[in-house]
Amino acid sequence: MNQVVTEPAISVTGVRRVFGKGRKQVVALDDVDLSVADGEFVSLIGPSGCGKSTLLRLVADLDSPTAGTLEVFGKPARRARLDQDYGIAFQQAGLLPWRTVAGNVELPLKLHGVESATRKGRVAELLELVGLADFAKNHPDQLSGGMQQRVAIARALAESPRLLLMDEPFGALDEITRERMQNELVRICAETGAAVLFVTHSIPEAVFLSDRVVVMSPRPGRITGVVDVRADGLAGAHDRTERARDQEGFFRAVADVRSLLHGTPVPTVAVDGLEK
Amino acid sequence: MAQLWDRLRAVVLGVLGVAAVVAVWDLYKSFGPAEGVLVGDTRVLPRTTELAMPHSWQMLQRLGEPVTSLPDAPDAVRAVWDASMFSLGLAAKGWVIGVVVGLLLALAMSAFRIVESALLPWVILSQTVPLIAIAPLVRRWGSELHIGSHIWSSEDSVAVIAAYLAFFPVAVGALRGLKSPDKTHVELMRAYGVGWWRTLLTLRVPSSVPYLLPALRLAAASAVIGAVVAEVSIGLKGGLGRMVIDYAVAASGDPAKPWAPIFGAVAIGLVAAGAIGLLGLVLRPFRLTGVSR
Repeated sequence: MNQVVTEPAISVTGVRRVFGKGRKQVVALDDVDLSVADGEFVSLIGPSGCGKSTLLRLVADLDSPTAGTLEVFGKPARRARLDQDYGIAFQQAGLLPWRTVAGNVELPLKLHGVESATRKGRVAELLELVGLADFAKNHPDQLSGGMQQRVAIARALAESPRLLLMDEPFGALDEITRERMQNELVRICAETGAAVLFVTHSIPEAVFLSDRVVVMSPRPGRITGVVDVRADGLAGAHDRTERARDQEGFFRAVADVRSLLHGTPVPTVAVDGLEK
Repeated sequence: MAQLWDRLRAVVLGVLGVAAVVAVWDLYKSFGPAEGVLVGDTRVLPRTTELAMPHSWQMLQRLGEPVTSLPDAPDAVRAVWDASMFSLGLAAKGWVIGVVVGLLLALAMSAFRIVESALLPWVILSQTVPLIAIAPLVRRWGSELHIGSHIWSSEDSVAVIAAYLAFFPVAVGALRGLKSPDKTHVELMRAYGVGWWRTLLTLRVPSSVPYLLPALRLAAASAVIGAVVAEVSIGLKGGLGRMVIDYAVAASGDPAKPWAPIFGAVAIGLVAAGAIGLLGLVLRPFRLTGVSR
């Protein structure tokens, strides 16, 4: 909120994370460097076990690195967590079932002592933003998966963070809902101007949403390459419309990401056989 | 409309169930062989003599008659009512103590892994000790206690024994409930930077309600049984436990009489369970668990 704007939102240097001890040791992340600029949308993509979720959890200070440093807006990750510099959303919406939709969105504000009148205004604003104004008084079990996830996003945005951390938030949704949610996320990010670190398995999702796509490989988890989607001819993430999915730059970027994921350059014709 | 029927159906089926039991009882009593049904030397169905098996209406009728032939004897129903209230009061006291102790234990166990490893086996072991064995101990140890001007009474002993049975389901259920939140929820609290105490109040306590309610109901039933049995073991007069023993003596001459305190015990058991049902209604929002449809 009062950060120096030139400071990167996330800066990761030489991070290593090892789970377990002795023979059972697993190197989840090794020698990872990453920087996310303020307002930038960066996706992490890679096969299971490549450490993309681990990296996000380290940034969120839900886990600590074995070596290396992580900074969020120039502060240590722990400080940033305590200062509520980021909002977070997981694959499970993680709504508290006994609280109404409004009660869930309001939760972080309430926990941090924001007064009732301010909370009410902010919740109304957020529910408007995610298109759920009519459902404020419903309980989560009355909502579909996509709606629950929208509530979770509204909750993550509650304190107007300059950074959003999202761990496969659309992973459990069907394809149609998923594309709609992606369109909404682009709009929401453009409105809020927050930086986003987004973990996903889906190549088209990563390309459609991001300014840059960071491709990772497993055992040990490493960054194998970064695709700048804007360099492939797409508009910046904030200026995208759903038509971007049909543009040539989109397919070029998808091909780039795919070739990095598979380690070999894929001929451009293969682009026609998009999975999604 | 459909909802109304759902509720009504439960009541109708419940009444029908009770009626069926009564009907089977009375039909067997009327038409069963006097010596019961024997397979070899084993009697698999009871005798149907007046002594062994009074008719259901005789039991009810007996409730309306005086307890003894003494001129100032109250009606049996009056005596059973008084004894029931006495026992229910002790059971309630035991329930409250048991719930408080159970919750505190669960809280300590959920907060510290080592406390759980140290205590949980003892909590389980405590329930394998027969009540008959602990009753004299409770009375003796209680009488050594001097809390202010309070003098330890037999009532206190009974309440403590009821609590001894009641704390167990609460401790186990609450522990399970306090540990029940999803990883996502716990991490969310961490991401919000809130401490153990706020996490407990915001997340763990509410999400333990679905586990706690059945535990509280079980505790209520245990407290009633504990109170009645403890009255017998301690030798406390005035409650149902002693009444069951006293009236059983009369069984040979007045076979319907011993059933009176049994009805009393059933009634207070239902009242205790019903009270928890009301609590469940109050806590209804917290019973929502299914997040996705």
